[in-house]
Amino acid sequence: MGKNPQAAETLPKSPTGVKGFDEITLGGLPKGRPTLVTGGAGSGKTMFGMEFLVRGASDFGEPGVFVSFEETEKDLTANFLSLGFDLNRMQEEKQILLDHVHIDRSEIEETGEYNLEGLFVRLGYAIDSINAKRMVLDTLEALFSGFTNQFILRSEIRRLFLWLKERGISAVITAERGFSETGLTRHGLEEFVSDCVIVLDHRVKEQISTRRLRVVKYRGSTHGTNEYPFLMDEGGISVLPITSVGLDYEVSSERISSGIPRLDAMFGGEGFYRGSNILISGTAGTGKTSFAARFVQDACRHGEKCLYYAFEESSSQIIRNMRSIGIDLDPARKQGLLRFQTVRPTFYGLEMHLTTMHKEISEFKPTVVVVDPISNLITVGDPEEVKIALMRLVDMLKPSIITSLFTSLLQGGHHRMEMEPAASNSMVSSLIDTWMLLKEIESGGETNRILNIIKSRGMAHSNQLREYLLTDRGIELIDVYTGPAGVLTGTARTLQEARERAESERTEREIERKKREMEQMRAKTEARITELRARMAAEQEEMERVIREHEDRKRQALHDRMRMAHLRMADEGK
Amino acid sequence: MQELSGPENSKEYNLRLYVAGQTPKSLQAFANLKQICEEHLQGRYQIEVIDLVENPQLAKGDQILAIPTLVRKLPEPLRKIIGDLSNTERVLVGLDLFPKSFDSA
Repeated sequence: MGKNPQAAETLPKSPTGVKGFDEITLGGLPKGRPTLVTGGAGSGKTMFGMEFLVRGASDFGEPGVFVSFEETEKDLTANFLSLGFDLNRMQEEKQILLDHVHIDRSEIEETGEYNLEGLFVRLGYAIDSINAKRMVLDTLEALFSGFTNQFILRSEIRRLFLWLKERGISAVITAERGFSETGLTRHGLEEFVSDCVIVLDHRVKEQISTRRLRVVKYRGSTHGTNEYPFLMDEGGISVLPITSVGLDYEVSSERISSGIPRLDAMFGGEGFYRGSNILISGTAGTGKTSFAARFVQDACRHGEKCLYYAFEESSSQIIRNMRSIGIDLDPARKQGLLRFQTVRPTFYGLEMHLTTMHKEISEFKPTVVVVDPISNLITVGDPEEVKIALMRLVDMLKPSIITSLFTSLLQGGHHRMEMEPAASNSMVSSLIDTWMLLKEIESGGETNRILNIIKSRGMAHSNQLREYLLTDRGIELIDVYTGPAGVLTGTARTLQEARERAESERTEREIERKKREMEQMRAKTEARITELRARMAAEQEEMERVIREHEDRKRQALHDRMRMAHLRMADEGK
Repeated sequence: MQELSGPENSKEYNLRLYVAGQTPKSLQAFANLKQICEEHLQGRYQIEVIDLVENPQLAKGDQILAIPTLVRKLPEPLRKIIGDLSNTERVLVGLDLFPKSFDSA
């Protein structure tokens, strides 16, 4: 996520190891300088400080001292053990030193001038004993309740920060949030710490609480200035960076199958682009989850890791239901390729959902993420918020080339073919690469399901409305039948097909009959030709006989005349 | 019930003065303490001076932040008096040598 090497060079930083935080600050907290972390009660100041130390010691080889003015070492150890930090072990290994500074006002009587050299000696001793590079003071403001002479106290605190800087300690100082609008802290500690100020916040809106973090000030460094939601759980703090994502990520031209060959065919024959996002919207009961499940099943079969967010059903319910249409997700789940995250949308706020997702995605590293349905998140935020959340989710998934499939429930009737329910989804359209609409249409006393690809970026795709069936062998796309009245579905399609079949049979019979007629006609014609020929031949024979008789007669006459002449002794002719 | 503790009280005083190096302030604090003790606790006090520059690990034991700090280890309860001990009245209150009510009156 867009690191700026130049900014990182200008000011040495000490990485916190807090997930997401180092991205916002382009490298972490200022190295060798104090940072002020302020926030109300329970906003996570101590947690932030402790994680800074623990990660610093375990991941970056920088031991640290935790100076607690409130909790005892024992309490701290117990509290953080539940968060997965074994402080006892880290203390034994001299990676972490816990030091509880106890201040009890009732025991102390002030008589004249003093300074806090005792505290300095103590901190110095703690730092030297483990060669610490980091320190947390939680919370220094407890001093204000321990001493009455504010003048001495403030000058000593100022001296303390200078002293920390001189020793090159990267320090986190926590402070209670101020009551006034202008003051960041209750006792104005921000006047001493000028390098980096972080505000933690814990807000409740509509009964849903969200933690937020903001870098108010970071001298000598660029940083994200937004409020970032963050999460505190057994893995520590995770901050979700919102604005550090640009649009300059790599895209893949590799394809990933939808799991339905005939649907792939509608997407230029190869399915979706890897790393793109797909929205399947449809009214209730159109099989959105089935499409998602089929996609996941096929992806898992090809060894992809899938993370399935189910906001409506439990994982076992999905598995059972999908089995009824021949999609068995259980093997993939047992193989560990498919992981379900089922949580009620109202369990926490939108920000928290995103932060959780971000964390889980960076841990599980899936190549396919399904959110079923994304529209349920609307119940915890207004549409505009959901849009922003979706945008962030998309920004989170795309750079990692994670293919994501969202389903969305459309409100409204299912008896019309108009696109107007889709309009309610138009706000998310610009974010979506591939958008499929599933609809139920009613005709002839039945409802049938059709699907339509509204858009699919960067590929030729079918514009044909297609009917599909949910059968016990999965999802089947039916051959297209388009009639004069549009796409015919269900029994109307079957009827029309039967009608056509009958029609064609009749035509065939007709042709057959015509053929036979033709055959007969030819036979007749030929017979007549033969007859005429015969007659003609007879006529010719007759004519030839007459000619022959005539010739014979002529020859006979000549012969007779010559015989007569001979008999009369006539001369031998002239 | 206000328990008065005064010169007639014969408890042993075990005092510990924390300093950080031989600064004029710490020398002054020691001088002030010595004087008060001689005046009010003659013969029944012990003063132990601890220099944190030499023994930094001892700062933790008595939770020492301010310098100089005088700790009354005995008699119990533990009390801490910070500062250069120039305000004698407050030192006496801190050592329970005067009742607090007297001080505020």
